Amino acid sequence: MKTNIYVKRRVAVVGAGLTLFRRRMLETPKELAWEAAKMALDWAGLELDDVDAVVIGSAPDAFDGVHMKGEYLADGSGGWGRPTMRVYVGGGTGVFTPIAGWWHVASGLFDVVLVVAEEKMSPAQPHPQFVFKHIWDPILERPLNPNLIWIFAMEMHRYMYKYNVRKEDIALVSVKNKRNALDHPAAQLAAKITVEDVLNSEVLVYPVQRLDISPVTDGAAALVMVSEKVARRITDSPVWVEGVGWALDSTQWTNRELAYPKYVEVAARMAYRMAGINNPRKEIDVAEVYDPFDYKELHHMEGLMLARKGEAPILTREGVTERDGDLPVNPSGGLLGVGNPIAAAGLMKVAEIFWQLRGEAGGRQVKKPAYTGLAQAWGDLMQAGTVIVMRAG
Amino acid sequence: MGYKLPGTPLKRAEFEKAFKVEDKPEAKYAWAAGQALSRFLEELKNGRIVGRRCRNCGKILIPPRMYCEHCFRPTGEWVYVRPVGRIVTAVVSYIAATRERLEKPEVIGIVEFEDAPGSGIFHRLNIDPELVISRKAFGMRVKAVWKPPKEREGSINDILYFEPVGEGEG
Repeated sequence: MKTNIYVKRRVAVVGAGLTLFRRRMLETPKELAWEAAKMALDWAGLELDDVDAVVIGSAPDAFDGVHMKGEYLADGSGGWGRPTMRVYVGGGTGVFTPIAGWWHVASGLFDVVLVVAEEKMSPAQPHPQFVFKHIWDPILERPLNPNLIWIFAMEMHRYMYKYNVRKEDIALVSVKNKRNALDHPAAQLAAKITVEDVLNSEVLVYPVQRLDISPVTDGAAALVMVSEKVARRITDSPVWVEGVGWALDSTQWTNRELAYPKYVEVAARMAYRMAGINNPRKEIDVAEVYDPFDYKELHHMEGLMLARKGEAPILTREGVTERDGDLPVNPSGGLLGVGNPIAAAGLMKVAEIFWQLRGEAGGRQVKKPAYTGLAQAWGDLMQAGTVIVMRAG
Repeated sequence: MGYKLPGTPLKRAEFEKAFKVEDKPEAKYAWAAGQALSRFLEELKNGRIVGRRCRNCGKILIPPRMYCEHCFRPTGEWVYVRPVGRIVTAVVSYIAATRERLEKPEVIGIVEFEDAPGSGIFHRLNIDPELVISRKAFGMRVKAVWKPPKEREGSINDILYFEPVGEGEG
């Protein structure tokens, strides 16, 4: 795999928007998209007339229950009458959407791109759990009547076995993220909980318990991404996209070592090379790591080379990943605390890095000076990795 | 960010009362199993596990594929493997696919075949959940237990489950 890391046109994020993240929202998917998109444009001080192209991100159509979701969301996303596309890589979509926004601008095709991600999971009745059944292989896996959580539990337990990780250390991630979310205005599940609360919560599929998992959520997020020329004109504090990376592994997940997400490493190496990062552990000041399950934050930190294999639980126990630690991870509160409207959750993470690097994160602002940040998402059958590295201007 | 974000949350009761439109899509599918898995399913009916060997890298792929995704070449030959392997990971499910609590928990895991290193499938495991929770199940040697031949239909469910290989057994 070769990548041209010397892309000449710089791309900046200049605005971000979010709706509330909640279990059930009155608004339609289009209305949620509109609210987030409008807020992002307002943040950037731009109007829809300034927008050259739109990129929409959304996870399986089956959640909203509407096919052609890209086209469906277009009018609420400012997408009519201009080049508009929808991207999808499962749970990795939220970070892949601004990656697509980046190449729209970096290619020289467009100067101003509106990036919108939306997910409504509440329409699926009685629970979106049923919809997840359709991600399994129809020939060999669905006949076993699988529950979605099985696959994560199998990965989590393999990770725990391989690196001798204790459930107590994994639970610390849930405790940290739900606490961080207390300062997030969109948060659905912000709470002060203890490790005991996690360990005493309902066991769903051992080792996965109720409080190890992010909730079911409706919500939307948006970003405005612009060329350097436009960024210099409209803001004194652009946040530059310095590196992007993405990679897929095979769907043959039962033929792989599940203890380590190699595809995340491949994506991260691509983004780091582009950003000129040699030692991510030292050079990344703040990270938003995909955390639909608490163990996933640890697993992904290792794939991102922010920790050595098996080391992320130790860093967590030592407080390194706390908001005032040396490597703050998920200062937003993550999916565990803020909520998990799939694609919108990933884009919320990129928005968090934007706010952190601008010093606009309010009560969530990390203690150390933050110049370089990273957001990552993951999706499909433990196979899609998406990574974006940003720097303060 | 000391401001209010947009959006109108609904509590469950409010959602029940809200204006809604309901629909239940009638989506029914029948999937052809393909070149590789048709043979795999046929052999399950015969009580055998078959894989495809890549003549380039030598790997035996199970579930079988007509192509090796590593070498991106056609796999060359069918190979039978013994239905015996080791547990790579295992979990205990207390809920059904539809989220209801199960009366009796189900144990599921990945079994890597002894004759095909790196190739595993996931299936039910007939072992004590305590062995999973204590992690003693990891590395345990297990074998496929089949449905009686007359009841087999060419399905992954022709294997009932995997269970520990007894002492002195192959």
